[in-house]
Amino acid sequence: MTTEPAIRAHALGRDFTLSTGPLLRRTRTTATAVRDVTFTIAPGETVAYLGPNGAGKSTTMKMLTGILAPTRGHLTVLGLPPSRRRTALAARIGVVFGQRTTLWWDLPLRDSLALTRHLYRVPARTHTARLDHLTHALDLAPFLHTPVRQLSLGQRMRGDLAAALLHDPDLLILDEPTIGLDIVSKTAIREFLLDLNTRRNTTILLTTHDLSDVERLCRRVILIDHGTLAYDGDLDGLHALAPAPRTLVVDLQHPADPLDLPGARHLRTQGPRQWLELTGPPAPAIAEAAARHPIADLALHEPGIEDVLARLYRRPT
Amino acid sequence: MADTPDRRPAPPARTYLRLIWTWSRAMAQYPLSLAFLGLAQSLSVTIELIAVLTVFGHARTLAGFTATEALLVYGLAGTAFGTADLLIGQVERLGAHIRSGAFDTMLIRPVSPLVQLAADEFSPRRLGKLLPALACLAYALATADIDWTPARALTLPLLIASGAAICCATWLIGACLQFFIAEAREAANSITYGGKALTEYPLAVFGTDTARWATFALPLAFVSWQPALHLLDRPDPTGLPEQLRHAAPAAALLLTALAALAWRTGLRHYRSTGS
Repeated sequence: MTTEPAIRAHALGRDFTLSTGPLLRRTRTTATAVRDVTFTIAPGETVAYLGPNGAGKSTTMKMLTGILAPTRGHLTVLGLPPSRRRTALAARIGVVFGQRTTLWWDLPLRDSLALTRHLYRVPARTHTARLDHLTHALDLAPFLHTPVRQLSLGQRMRGDLAAALLHDPDLLILDEPTIGLDIVSKTAIREFLLDLNTRRNTTILLTTHDLSDVERLCRRVILIDHGTLAYDGDLDGLHALAPAPRTLVVDLQHPADPLDLPGARHLRTQGPRQWLELTGPPAPAIAEAAARHPIADLALHEPGIEDVLARLYRRPT
Repeated sequence: MADTPDRRPAPPARTYLRLIWTWSRAMAQYPLSLAFLGLAQSLSVTIELIAVLTVFGHARTLAGFTATEALLVYGLAGTAFGTADLLIGQVERLGAHIRSGAFDTMLIRPVSPLVQLAADEFSPRRLGKLLPALACLAYALATADIDWTPARALTLPLLIASGAAICCATWLIGACLQFFIAEAREAANSITYGGKALTEYPLAVFGTDTARWATFALPLAFVSWQPALHLLDRPDPTGLPEQLRHAAPAAALLLTALAALAWRTGLRHYRSTGS
């Protein structure tokens, strides 16, 4: 059983037919949201599913959860074809949409969670134990009796996570779980997810625009662009895929003309501060700059994953 | 279907009861508001009743029907409508749920999305519509000139249930149209990023009401008119064959089957919103 992948997608694709124009003279066009995606995720993996807006991330998530049927290709999640066995699959996966809640808006959080227990048929004793654990781990106690609509975004997200985990799913699918959260809430949720993965071996698949989520949580990155896989591997490999140059920031003692240094390209100037993109090793450029002008300060910036992705997204396909 | 040893889903009826119980409890937290809303609903029914009585107060009989007999027709119709409204009235908000993405969250729970949709925000205030109609029906049944043969007495619950089923089914069919009307825009949003379809949506609004009236027109005869003719044992003044008055259960079954088909087809066509 353990050898069965959590997710297996082969040549997966989804088209949408768009009908536009007046009723009797409609023109139908086909738009492809997901063109051809193949990947396998093993149980216990933590994977980030990244891509620019409109790349097909959400469509993939909806196919994985059975909300949308694939147009082509083959897909199994926990061994089940999601759209045909949606209800059976729903009992075994947890889903959190960052942009909307799965809780009942007008019910107190505690009632929402109690209702979840009935819908997922969790035995009362098991439910109590899990709820105790989640209440502690996600610090739900202060707002358990508050109606969901009155919760702050961070509180609501923790409530949503609890609701998604009360039936102890094997796979957790998170669509932008940290969107709009402050740094403290983000950190709390990341730590919680990491702990969940380590202790329960829950498979986690998440989409995000916050790349620190990825750096903290995910050992593997799947990058999708224009509906096809652009990359599948670890974070280091992603850096290698589109090597982003390092940036040298030079603070001169006095404003000066743009520096023309060996192995460096001038980017911009702001008062005495200049930004240079390094095309070679930094030492010769620094030595040259120091020889020409008195230097107050120097900084060397490593490219972040944001820069890498920005370069990848800009790349024509 | 038996290839996985996964947990059995909760039975729909139990899920429905659980959901409406939770919602009723939530609504009961504001008892005054609940009472007033219920009162407002019963007031609208009462005004309709007064209108019926006023007309008959002047004319005594219309097309050979007395006021009591008219109340019987009204009571049967009101009971059927009220029951449907109470049980599944919320399905007409399908379009709104699709646009807000709430329907997606119903799909990722291991229970029927139809049950969740029907029970969503269930409020006992809807009893305000049903109770006056029931009272009217009871009064009309007691006072109208009905020859209570055992057969006629036995068919009464069946006629009421059929009427309610017909209303539920037509209501659901109307709601299912929103799957298709919403289609073009939603599909566009699945590709272009963002659920901006939340704003401005004239199409679905158009769909709900038009569809509702159009679909109710035909089967309405079986909700109150034909059953009333049967109970009063009268010939059909419009000259339709008399066998038709026994067709209410058949019409109910047929419409329920149609509604089930519409729901399944709609669900298969469902394409969710963007983001």
